[in-house]
Amino acid sequence: MFDLTGRTALVTGASGGIGRAIAQALSEAGAKVALSGTRENVLEEVASTLKGESAIVPCNLSDEEAVTGLVSKTEEAIGPLDILVANAGITRDKLLMQMKDDDWNDVLSVNLGSYFRLTKSCVRGMMKRRHGRIIGITSIVGVTGNPGQTNYCASKAGMIGFTKSLAQEVASRGITANTIAPGFIASPMTDVLPDNQKEALLGQIPSGRLGEGADIAAAAVYLASNEAAYVTGQTLHVNGGMAMI
Amino acid sequence: MSDVLERVKKIVVENLDVDGDKVVESASFIDDLGADSLDLVELVMAFEEEFNIEIPDDVQESIRTVGDAVTHIKAHI
Repeated sequence: MFDLTGRTALVTGASGGIGRAIAQALSEAGAKVALSGTRENVLEEVASTLKGESAIVPCNLSDEEAVTGLVSKTEEAIGPLDILVANAGITRDKLLMQMKDDDWNDVLSVNLGSYFRLTKSCVRGMMKRRHGRIIGITSIVGVTGNPGQTNYCASKAGMIGFTKSLAQEVASRGITANTIAPGFIASPMTDVLPDNQKEALLGQIPSGRLGEGADIAAAAVYLASNEAAYVTGQTLHVNGGMAMI
Repeated sequence: MSDVLERVKKIVVENLDVDGDKVVESASFIDDLGADSLDLVELVMAFEEEFNIEIPDDVQESIRTVGDAVTHIKAHI
């Protein structure tokens, strides 16, 4: 089950915790993986942990032209693209009353604008090949909201609506489009939280632990697989039961 | 240049799975040949490949009939 041998995948934000875990899991399942991100040395380090074939395709997602060219760069390196995992994202957290236009524009452009450009540039080839897997990494807060993150939540909710529309457009061509919504995932950011805050956080999670990158990666492998061919337009919540939607 | 019509016809028949007799210049892809908007995108992709041309998005929107496609292709090859 869930064998990705012979498939190719592009993972953006592959230098981060979740992106790295997704790249490793796709590789483990047999896919050739292209790693994208801004920190080339970290991408190289991630690539060195993959057992299968991989490539590094650095890209700054705030550079619109570079994003538009990323898929063709990837296909030059690893062949026609089967699986897109749009995982990269940024935050510029502020209360709405203090949010500058740049805070809004940067987050929408990197998180949602790049998703539009990346999917647009790979969907044509996928249509021709009658196969494709689009996986957007959104967030639980795209559904629940979170104070201080109007921009981030708007971008993540936008990914969900975008994916549902795209899923309907291309379903008849063997392409699925889904999102994964992680809950609280352990990261350097959560590691440094004071104990009382950590406890309060865990109190909201029925599973009693933070998520790991591997929890998200397993969902990505499933959605990328042939077995998930009949699953499209969905948001898969991976959050330890923190929100049941 | 009638050759263009024949090549267009062949692509339309293959892509839309329709009877060749129906693929006449006045036939509308959507109203007469049963294409949906995604079929149209794919047809244009197939034309681009067959004739080695690029059909810009705004032109794609104006291609409604087999004749529209033939006229545009003839002007650009």
